[in-house]
Order: sequence, then structure tokens, then C-alpha cells
Amino acid sequence: MSTATPGDTAGRHDELPPVPSGSLVELLTAERPSPPGPVSASLAFGWRSMLKIKHIPEQLADVTVLPVMLVLMFTYLFGGALAGSPREYIQYLLPGVLVMSVVMTTMYTGIAINNDIDKGVLDRFRMLPIWRPSTLVGHLLGDVLRYSIASSVMLAVGLLIGFRPEGGVPGVVAGVLLLLVFAFAFSWVGTMFGLLVRDERTVIGASMTVIFPLNFLSDIFVDPQTMPDWLQKLVHNNPITHVASAVRGLMEGRSPGADVAWTLGWSAVLIVVFGSVTMKLYQRK
Amino acid sequence: MTDRTVPDPAVQAVGLVKTFGAHRAVDGVDLTVRQGTVYGVLGPNGAGKTTTVRMLAGLLRPDGGEARIFGHDVVREADAVRRRVGLTGQYASLDQDLTGMENLVLLGRLSGHPKKGARDRAVQLLRTFGLAEAAGRQVKTYSGGMRRRLDIGASLLNAPDLLFLDEPTTGLDPRSRNQVWEMIRVIVAQGKTVLLTTQYLDEVDRLASRIAVIDKGRVIAEGTKGELKASVGAGAVHLRLRDTVRRTEAEQVLALTLGAEVQREPDPLALTARIDNGDGDGGAGAGDGGAAGRASRALAELARRGITVDSFSLGQPSLDEVFLALTDRRAGPASVGSGHGPGQGIEKERAT
Ligand SMILES: Nc1ncnc2c1ncn2[C@@H]1O[C@H](COP(=O)(O)OP(=O)(O)O)[C@@H](O)[C@H]1O
Ligand SMILES: [Mg+2]
Repeated sequence: MSTATPGDTAGRHDELPPVPSGSLVELLTAERPSPPGPVSASLAFGWRSMLKIKHIPEQLADVTVLPVMLVLMFTYLFGGALAGSPREYIQYLLPGVLVMSVVMTTMYTGIAINNDIDKGVLDRFRMLPIWRPSTLVGHLLGDVLRYSIASSVMLAVGLLIGFRPEGGVPGVVAGVLLLLVFAFAFSWVGTMFGLLVRDERTVIGASMTVIFPLNFLSDIFVDPQTMPDWLQKLVHNNPITHVASAVRGLMEGRSPGADVAWTLGWSAVLIVVFGSVTMKLYQRK
Repeated sequence: MTDRTVPDPAVQAVGLVKTFGAHRAVDGVDLTVRQGTVYGVLGPNGAGKTTTVRMLAGLLRPDGGEARIFGHDVVREADAVRRRVGLTGQYASLDQDLTGMENLVLLGRLSGHPKKGARDRAVQLLRTFGLAEAAGRQVKTYSGGMRRRLDIGASLLNAPDLLFLDEPTTGLDPRSRNQVWEMIRVIVAQGKTVLLTTQYLDEVDRLASRIAVIDKGRVIAEGTKGELKASVGAGAVHLRLRDTVRRTEAEQVLALTLGAEVQREPDPLALTARIDNGDGDGGAGAGDGGAAGRASRALAELARRGITVDSFSLGQPSLDEVFLALTDRRAGPASVGSGHGPGQGIEKERAT
């Protein structure tokens, strides 16, 4: 994200002391540890993502400010027209906007990986004797944290302006968890773009081309019953519709079995298809 | 494998090819690096050094040929290769957002050290590399020399047996360059193998025991330093006159006794004459006991005529000259000796 390095003083004459050969020898002759397992490698990369959030807290603004804006904007802009009042509309809208924001946030996984390639960091990781996907899994672990933060902030704002989910705490938690599963799966799309294209801007462009229509051609904003037939067909076969319906159902305290099943199914498909394509690309890089 | 007495070479590459689109970046490179030596890969920008190293390190899949590291195929046995190899790329490859300490702890954990062990090792590494004070700063605030050090240090975390250093001193000030060279000497003294790429002739001259010169994706010369120099010529005589008055006469004496072309340097007092091996177009000087013999005859002749020489040196050809000669030879019959750098040969300075 930050391409400029303000503190860059490369090339300056620095007065570094010579490297004492005694301790260098010690490092060179140290025992070589056995490689870490897949889980500890992934966790180490997850730790890296946390550190990144610690050092660049600004990036959290991307996942909080925009979603809050969307909630407020849509609630007050459309609420009166679509549902009679903003307060009524937010009961329908909030779960959907939550899905939309988190899905948009998956784009950052791709950007982060693209940055790693750009800066040569990925080369170093690929030189390590580790389970290769752990780099990507670690990124995704960090992203899940980011999605959780985005969800919490939006829910808090929603509660402030009158969102009262019938499902109570269990319903809301279940909805968020389901969304996190889907977001993890959907992230592989952004990850694939991150490996596929040359720069950050293209990652954003490609991701938006996918995310934008998916979000708007869904039931996030309005009940599909008001749409023409052909559009309804489209909307009903959009994975985002299934996710939004499932999350809405859970938060409303219903048990939307079919939609939950669809969501999990879509997640599995995304992981299998985009996960494997991404891994292929990653191995070949 | 069959012969236990001969260790596998650290690097053995045969016919490596990498194409990017229609462009053959690496076009049939063969390399053999013996264990425990420094091997220099010398070539200009765009020669294919980085691409070659990335294939050898298993980061890039070759389009042709094959490479073995300590006997392990880089494609099929990538994990075995990775365990014993370290790479410091041409460009810094650490996470600029994290601190030096965090980078090393992360890489330590990923090399298999337990949490505490990774921390101890990171501290030790930072102290060794003179970066203890910068440990808690983000890497993006580091100077070029500091980053390079951290990068090299990070490559040593898994105590590799073979270290690839891709242009390790490019962009460093002379002091930092010297320090990197010193590190390389220490590393090799521990029985490790180093494959180093560079654009600087004096770098391989100082460090490497064998050298491959590559250009346009091909190895155009390979051998020990001595072999390479010998293949190009015996060396050059550099001298400085006391005054310019008899410069033309001095030139004639040199041309006659050395049988070589004499060049004027920008400095009006300096003259340089290139001596060839004395076989072929050597003319007057052929068959008289080599470059040193001819050079001393030239000096004697100058003295006899009363031309005072302030300083005199007989240098082996610098690798600069070697490189120019090699690339010129490939390009066709071009003149050798245009714009060679400062004498990097083994010079015997002597004042008269
Ligand atoms: N990823 C790439 N895509 C296309 N061309 C490349 C790529 N990497 C290197 N090249 C080209 O291959 C040639 C060799 O590059 P490189 O190995 O980096 O040379 P060196 O390290 O000797 O400067 C150059 O002409 C370069 O432009
Ligand atoms: Mg290079």
C-alpha cells in the first residue's frame, strides 16, 4: 500500500562497524533446525500480518471508514423510499452491507501479495523449506482479523442507529462467522489476481470488476421480488445473494438452512477452484 | 553418488535456458562450482546473472537444461536444495514495514527455530552485523548498507552450505563493499561455498577462485583468474615520464622494444603499452623470455638514451581488459584497449 518510503536513505554513506569474524563464524556453524510444520509456518505468517496492522494502523481505516459510510449513506438515502423509514430499512440492509464491505475488503489480500512480489519479499519466503501455501494462508489469517474488525465496527454503528436483530447475540455471531468463512474462500480470487497481474492498481481494477456487479446484482439492497424476471434469475444465482440471505436470516433469528448450505457450498467451490489455480500460479512464479 | 571420495559439486548446471517471451535471457549456461570455493559470475547489466541465480536457487523453473545443488535436482528436489541454500537477491527482500528484529524473528521461526530460539538468534545476528541499535526500527528507515547487511544476515539464518549473492556490493560505498568482501572471506573460510554475481571486475579478482564471464545469456569464458588473463594477453606496461619533452622518442622506444601498440593517456606524462603473449604479431619482441624480459629491455633502452622514468609498472591485464577483449572478440575484429579502467592487475610499482 505504501509505495513511498519516506525514510529511504539508501546510498548514504553509513558508518557501520566491521562484522566481527568470531561471531559470524558462530552463526555459520550453528546447528540447522528442522523445518517447521505447515501449522507453525502459517501461524508465523499470521503473526506477520498482525505486525503489519500494528505498524500501519492506517490500513484499518480502509476496512472501517468506507463500510460505516456505506451503512449511513444507504440507510438514510434509500430507507424512506424503499422501506418506509430508515429504521425499518436498516433491519434489512445491515446484514447485506456487512457482506458487501467484507467482500470488498478481500481485495486487500491480493494487494498485499502483489506488494510482496513487488518488493522481493516473496522470493525470500519461497527460499524457505516450508509448506508453500503457508505464506498465503498466513495472509488470509491476518485478513480474517481485519474482516472481524470491519464487522464489529459496522455492527456497532448499526446498533447505534437502530439495528435490532431478532436473533440476538447468537444469531449475530453465527452470521458473522458464516461471513468470515465465505470471505476466507472469496479471498482466493483476490489472491489470484495479486499473483497474476503486474501492479497494485491492476489488482484493484480486476477485483472491482468482479466484486462490483456481484454486490449490486444481489439482494443486498432490495428484495428481488421487485425486479424483472430475468434479473431475478441472475440475482438468485449470485453467491452474494446466498451469503447475504443466510447472514440476514441468521441475524433475524430464522434458520435459513438452504442459504447457509449454499454459502458453504460456494465457499468450498471457491477454495477448490481459485485456491488451486492460485497455488499453481504461486508455485510457478 | 557412486564415488564417495569425490564430493558432489556445490553447483552443477548444464545447458540452462530461460526465455521470456521471444527473448532468451539465459541461453545454455553451464556452470560447475566446487565446494568450499568462491565462484564469480561476471557480466554486464542484463547479461542474465539474476535469472541464472534464480534458477539455481529453485525460484524460477528452467525452460531447458538442468541444475543440481549438492547433487539434488533444483526442480525435483527443491526442498532438499532449499534446506542447504541461502540467497541474497540483488534487491533487498525484507519486509520494509517490519523492524529488523521482527524480520529476523519471523524468518528464524520459518527456518524452524522455536520462538525463543528465533529471538536469541535474531539478537545475535543483529549484534554481529552491527545493527543492534537499529533493531527496533522499521527496515524502510535503514540505509542501503544496513539493508544489505540485514539481507545477508537473514540468508545465514539456516546456516546454509551454499550462499548465492546476487550483486552484493552494487550501490554500496567503498567502505561497506570492503566489509562485505571481508564477510565473504570469513564465510568461505568455514568451508561454505559462495556463488557471487557482479559487474565489478575487481570484485571477482579479489574474491573468486574461478570465474564465468557471461554476456547475453551465454558463458563467453570460464576458468581461473590466471587462465582468463592469460587467454587475453600478457599484460600492460604503464610508465610515467619525468617530463613531456621526449615523449615521442619514448613512445618509439617502447613500440620497438615491446613490439606493442603504445597509447597516450590523458595525463601527458603517462604512457601505456599492451604486451601480447609474444606469439604471432609480436614482431620485434617475440621469443625473448616473456613480458618481464621485454619490459626490462625497454627500461634499459630508455635509461641508455637518458629519458628519465618516474614510475613504472608491469601489470597483468585487468579483468576489465579481459572482459573488453572477450566481448570485442565476439563482436568482431574491433580494437582492444579502448577505455580500460584503472589498473586492477597485480602491479609492481617502482620509482626510478
Ligand atoms: N521477468 C522477466 N520478464 C521479462 N524479461 C525479463 C524478466 N527478468 C529478466 N528479464 C530480461 O532478461 C535479461 C536478463 O536479465 P537479468 O537476469 O536480470 O540480468 P542481470 O542480472 O545480469 O542484469 C534482461 O534482458 C532482462 O530484461
Ligand atoms: Mg541482476
